[in-house]
Amino acid sequence: MDLRELLAKASPARSGDELAGVAAATAEERVRAKMRLAEVPLKDFLREPVIPYESDEITRLICDSHDAAAFAPVSHLTVGEFRDWLLSEQATEERLTPLAPGITPEMAAAVSKLMRVQDLVIAASKCRAATSFRSTIGLAGRLSTRLQPNHPTDDLKGIAASVLDGLCYGSGDAVIGVNPVTGNVASVEAILRLLDRIRERYQIPTQICVLAHVTTQMEALRRGAPVDLVFQSIAGTEAANASFGVNLAMLDEACQAARELKRGGEHVMYFETGQGSALSANAHHGVDQQTCEARAYAVARRYRPLLVNTVVGFIGPEYLYDGKQILRAGLEDHFCGKLLGLPMGCDVCYTNHAEADQDDMDALLTLLGVAGCNYIMGVPGADDVMLHYQSTSFHDALYLRSALKLKPAPEFEAWLEEHPSLPREPWLLP
Amino acid sequence: MELDLRTFTPARVAIGRTGNSLPTSELLRFELDHARARDAVYRELEPGWPPVPHIALHSAARDRSTYLRRPDLGRKLSEESKARLEPGDYGAALVIADGLSALAVQRHALPLLEELQALLAADHCRLAPLSVAAQGRVAVGDEIGERLGARSVVVLIGERPGFSSPDSLGAYITWDPHPGRTDAERNCVSNIRAEGLGYGAAARLIHFLLSEARRQKLSGVQLRIHALGALPR
Repeated sequence: MDLRELLAKASPARSGDELAGVAAATAEERVRAKMRLAEVPLKDFLREPVIPYESDEITRLICDSHDAAAFAPVSHLTVGEFRDWLLSEQATEERLTPLAPGITPEMAAAVSKLMRVQDLVIAASKCRAATSFRSTIGLAGRLSTRLQPNHPTDDLKGIAASVLDGLCYGSGDAVIGVNPVTGNVASVEAILRLLDRIRERYQIPTQICVLAHVTTQMEALRRGAPVDLVFQSIAGTEAANASFGVNLAMLDEACQAARELKRGGEHVMYFETGQGSALSANAHHGVDQQTCEARAYAVARRYRPLLVNTVVGFIGPEYLYDGKQILRAGLEDHFCGKLLGLPMGCDVCYTNHAEADQDDMDALLTLLGVAGCNYIMGVPGADDVMLHYQSTSFHDALYLRSALKLKPAPEFEAWLEEHPSLPREPWLLP
Repeated sequence: MELDLRTFTPARVAIGRTGNSLPTSELLRFELDHARARDAVYRELEPGWPPVPHIALHSAARDRSTYLRRPDLGRKLSEESKARLEPGDYGAALVIADGLSALAVQRHALPLLEELQALLAADHCRLAPLSVAAQGRVAVGDEIGERLGARSVVVLIGERPGFSSPDSLGAYITWDPHPGRTDAERNCVSNIRAEGLGYGAAARLIHFLLSEARRQKLSGVQLRIHALGALPR
């Protein structure tokens, strides 16, 4: 059995791996695979890529960008010993931060498969990845939110109403980001100008984004639209990215163009990922969905992004069947991203065709808060009226901040203090 | 002066709070909407619908629970259905698939088709017979379009039910349909319903994208849309 098969069979049960035909057939086979995986030296993952070097640019990226010096402190360990080390007192933030470039996505995925929920929480809580543009996201004791004011027809007043409602609840310190209905550049530009006007008018220390395809955002940028962050959905194989209509060269170009605008810091990219996207594009090469997901983080970290979040329950029950599978996947993605050095957030969410409900989301939300998640989404009443799924609400973020004594990004916190009436009174529309 | 934000958006804005939590009435309203959306997912196309000439097809997914777990089967035609499609020479094929909301399809597909067919008739575009695929996903249109010998396919499909919209319809335009097309090779017009994009506007947008696809001989993210001023709203 090669590493690719072993990783798949050692994966905790989920519908997507069953759909792909790569999952363990029995519960015992799964645990036996975990036992074998625990014995595999980490070094083996460098020798044996799960997708061939010749046929996949993400594999080439992973191999060519591996930092052997950073890897040295753990290079003698097996996967099982790596888990023990991560959970030990030796694995501190000071040691984990420089380790990140030495860890490959496959190593992160492998060790996560041996971890229980509490392991994923505590190990992730020791990794920190703070990034900044106009606000600083991911500092200790902070929880930020992406304000997601989507509207079913991209109506500008409708979008503005949700922005203002969110700001009243202290939402939006990670980004104010709209998913547009249509991908045409005129509409994308109009939304960008609206968000920028609101941000400028109230001098809000945050950034804006319209989550259209990268080519559309580039066109808007060339037309002079105010582009703070460039967004793109990404996946862990070259073929899956092709199904999104992107490749590394396009992302390179977009990242450079956004940095040249010098509107904030060097962190100008915003990526979304999610288990199952490679399989849904029939581009998984027999690799399990959680390993594919971790490989997407190799793409993300090439660009030192401001924000990365897994949209964990969006894809549907054929990949993550129920609340239990969504919960575990969210924690795996957060842990793997953090171990690889990324500023991970999570869209804690589910669709109406999944076997999940608000109770499941509350559990995942709380666990992610304990794990030190950088940001979550803020959707009015948790109900996205454009994308038709349930995410987390403005209220949910306040719940988490108050339950765990977390604060928003420092710049945003100061801004809220300068506007004491904000959290209590609805704003007037601009 | 205070404005009621709720007049600007169907989103759940200005819903109040008790402490940092939802008021009871909002909590229960949310639960009711979730319950309704769950019921919509499991609803099936009514027998005998639609009441217009069509080729009735079925995907390879036997029933709803298979459909939910096996998207690969929802993208293929059943063996019996394959035999019902006669190859011809068409400019476009129109396909209705239930997707995740048979309710959306039953409410909006026919009025939208009426508008779209009128626009296509003015172009002298030769249309394949209408087909209706039960337990179908977007990509089922690739196989249907190829078997019919159509140069493009428009799939009208029920989108994932949302709370305020258990009946939202989507339209996917694919040039040169054949199995293996990826989502990046399609253009999409979504959220077609009474409170969203109206039939006339949606039909004009679909027609525009289809015309551009025909002119440029491709669809999806590679489709270049220059005539922005001419883009129908």
